[in-house]
Amino acid sequence: MTIDMSSFTPWASLSGGVLIGIAAAMFILLNGRIAGISGILGGLLNPQKGDILWRTLFVAGMVLAPAAWLIAAPLPEMQIDAGYPLLIIAGLVVGISTRYGSGCTSGHGVCGISRLSPRSIVATLAFMFTGFVTVYVARHLVGI
Amino acid sequence: MNKHFISAFVTGLIFGLGLLVSGMANPDKVLSFLDIAGAWDPSLAFVMGGAIAVGAVAFTLIKGRTHSLWGEPLRLPGKKDLDSRLIMGSLGFGIGWGLAGFCPGPALVAFGTGAPKAIVFVIAMVAGMAIYEVIEKSRAKPVN
Repeated sequence: MTIDMSSFTPWASLSGGVLIGIAAAMFILLNGRIAGISGILGGLLNPQKGDILWRTLFVAGMVLAPAAWLIAAPLPEMQIDAGYPLLIIAGLVVGISTRYGSGCTSGHGVCGISRLSPRSIVATLAFMFTGFVTVYVARHLVGI
Repeated sequence: MNKHFISAFVTGLIFGLGLLVSGMANPDKVLSFLDIAGAWDPSLAFVMGGAIAVGAVAFTLIKGRTHSLWGEPLRLPGKKDLDSRLIMGSLGFGIGWGLAGFCPGPALVAFGTGAPKAIVFVIAMVAGMAIYEVIEKSRAKPVN
């Protein structure tokens, strides 16, 4: 294993993580809910009464984050190497499976581990495992 | 406007800004984190660490409470069993995550930058979530 020191951003990543933690903390302390993105977004596709506006506003806040960022600074680098067919397949897989698995990196990885939920710890280990394996296969065996 | 709606929007915004600061909104960086056999960028472990450290404080504070500080009922996942849906769903999510480097939160933030590839990913992801709803509904209804 070699560490790519030129790309390593421990302080920025830690600060961003703290901001994400603050958001997760605010949502449970004020709204009494788990800040899980796949659940919040997916819930809009099976709308329950009184449930639509807060979900829409949460998603709007996330989507508008780059616009808010642009007030102060140019956007950070964003590089998407995957081509369109792969993006469509990956999007479908992420959409279906996060709903079946009841969560993603935010709901299980951040909130679930923060509250030491056994289900979320298992879920996080599972998606980290296949994430590592998928990138290994794609980059080192298939050579995408 | 009800303060819960404002906090939902602000939480989404802070969450999105955190993802931008941390580097998680950049799929290339996410894939470098998942590529432990290549030039590894461990930054994203710091995102998780920072977020969980703050989140853990909040989830400790609400332990034993039934309502949030604003009097909203606490809605914590009640499921305890490690069922196959959780495990298969999470394993599947990791594959989709590893294919393109996008998980749901960062995808929404990237969508907000207007990047065409991110928009295509988000459309596919929402379609995947809609497919889940259709499958679940058809399962709920007994076939005559």
